[in-house]
Amino acid sequence: MEDVEVRQADEQRAGSQDLPSPDVAPSSVQDGEISIRRSRTLPRVSSKQRRARLPLPVVLIACLALLIVAVTLGVGIGSVYLSPGSVWHVIVDHLSGRPKDTVADEIVWQIRLPRVFLAAVVGAALTTAGTVVQVLVRNALADPFLLGVSSGASVGATAVLLFGAFASFGIWAISVGSVLGSMAAMAAVFLVSRQGRQLAPTQLILCGVVLSALFESVTSFLIFRGNPQATQSVLFWLLGSFGNANRTQLPIPAIALVAGIIFLLAQGRSLNALAMGAEPAASLGVDVQAMRRNLFIVTSLMVGVAVAVSGVIGFVGLVVPHIVRLFVGSDHRKVLPVGVLFGASFMVIGDLLARTIVAPQEMPIGVITAFIGAPVLIFLIRRRPYLYGTSG
Amino acid sequence: MSLDLIGLSVDIGKRRIVDKVDIAVPNGSFVGLLGPNGSGKSTILKAIYRVYRPSRGQILLDGADLLAMKPKDVAQRVAVVAQESTVEFDLTVLEMVMIGRTPHKRAFDRDDEADRALVFQAMERVGCDHLVDRSFNTLSGGEKQRVLIARAIAQGADHLILDEPTNHLDIRYQMEILELVAELNVTVLAALHDLSLAALFCDTVYLLADGLIVTGGSPASVITIETVRHAYGADILIVKHPETGTPHLIPRRSSRPLGPTGLASSNPQFPSSTSAPN
Repeated sequence: MEDVEVRQADEQRAGSQDLPSPDVAPSSVQDGEISIRRSRTLPRVSSKQRRARLPLPVVLIACLALLIVAVTLGVGIGSVYLSPGSVWHVIVDHLSGRPKDTVADEIVWQIRLPRVFLAAVVGAALTTAGTVVQVLVRNALADPFLLGVSSGASVGATAVLLFGAFASFGIWAISVGSVLGSMAAMAAVFLVSRQGRQLAPTQLILCGVVLSALFESVTSFLIFRGNPQATQSVLFWLLGSFGNANRTQLPIPAIALVAGIIFLLAQGRSLNALAMGAEPAASLGVDVQAMRRNLFIVTSLMVGVAVAVSGVIGFVGLVVPHIVRLFVGSDHRKVLPVGVLFGASFMVIGDLLARTIVAPQEMPIGVITAFIGAPVLIFLIRRRPYLYGTSG
Repeated sequence: MSLDLIGLSVDIGKRRIVDKVDIAVPNGSFVGLLGPNGSGKSTILKAIYRVYRPSRGQILLDGADLLAMKPKDVAQRVAVVAQESTVEFDLTVLEMVMIGRTPHKRAFDRDDEADRALVFQAMERVGCDHLVDRSFNTLSGGEKQRVLIARAIAQGADHLILDEPTNHLDIRYQMEILELVAELNVTVLAALHDLSLAALFCDTVYLLADGLIVTGGSPASVITIETVRHAYGADILIVKHPETGTPHLIPRRSSRPLGPTGLASSNPQFPSSTSAPN
């Protein structure tokens, strides 16, 4: 956002350069603000202002414990209840290569574990992508779907579900359709928002929003033209669900997640620099344009393959990064790994609730994530003045 | 350790913002860029740290083409402190200064003891080590600038670029920040708003108007009633600083009411024909 504003400001200044010092009034106002601020912070280093962070290993271990508990519950609870002990029995049996032919084994290994793992992978991917997109566009309201990925994926998946496009891919047709759709949407947003060589945050937000609306209307049109039964399954997919999870769906999102995370962790310092703004980042030796392009591509791929297996699950990519920043601050070398564990736990618990609250029916998980996420975020925001995890 | 701009022009859109500018920043000197808003000061600085690509001319760092160097290598030599900025992300002072180590680290490098030592040294040097765990956004404007200077020091650069670093600061912090920079023993190129302060701290200044250099040289030779009128269109008076002899600006009113004694208008130094040129 910054380079656009700066350019505009420069042009304005250049246009009005014969006015005698046009910024006298604003700067005197600013001075007033600064002195007020100082007098307010005069009792120096009050305990509230000290922000000693929890050490990263402590947070990571806590989040890992949370994830283990979430997975245990997620696998154990359902139409047939399995105790944590029996859940881990099955898992240990399988890991040690001696699976037993029991009902519990069937339920845990064949049915519930793939679903829980898929939820964990998608939760981690959406959280990671949300964190990165918020840095990319320097906007607290950004989420991974901002870049048009989800609406593009919807078009592709809807086309598959309603008209049998890509039928030759068999069970992979929906995945192929949604990944192709998200890639197309991503490319469209990317190309439209580029100005010359620049990829500017403001343009990115606007083009993402506008093109998303366009793709959504295409989806609506496809539904309007399709048959009612197919529409039912489209709707469920649009609201997000792990109901169709199976083991074959797991590898691609998992590989995308691991590769994406490794790439992003390697960029941790540069991400922090980019969070300062494009110009400070440039002065710290970051190739801002190349970095924005890479971040855009990596997050879009992660989200694209996640959406292909789970549908569009809102709120996780928006809320979870904020929750994580409240605990560990904004150093992205901490936010990213903690976000992976916390986002995974969040989604596993969300999916557990989605299939148990109104059992034997299943709720769309998007309903659950919004119902948990919105109050949590509002509570955290209202607790203190808030800006990307800041207490000001 | 020198920075030279030779025939530098920068276009933004189709507009020429900086036009064939020559600026020399010799080793260890404190060089000021002066000029009204929109005269191209910031644009020149941003061309050096790669926000804008010059349309012609050269930027030489110790005689080597800066724009042909890798961004990281440049950042190890040239650090930037811009105007006070808000950072939307919550970082402690320690984390903020640690970001200065970015150009020295590779992909998965962790912060090691050497980094930590450099960072704490930098914080001590600017006197912000007591703020180490504070959230950057809770600091006052002057404290924020100190932290950003500490970040520049931690960056290990021997050139410092300042883009109106004292904007929005009150006088005590303006002095403190510039004093701090002058004592760092690095080569400084600074865009400055306040001509009197610039005269007090700079070895050389360049006065810009409309993207062109009006004149350059010692502050006393550059900052005169005529050049200020030409560049800023402002009618001012200049006196000598009683301690340093550097030029000091005194603003005047174009329609000057009579003083209580009526003396002012009879003083020959203050001619009563007050129609400001321009």
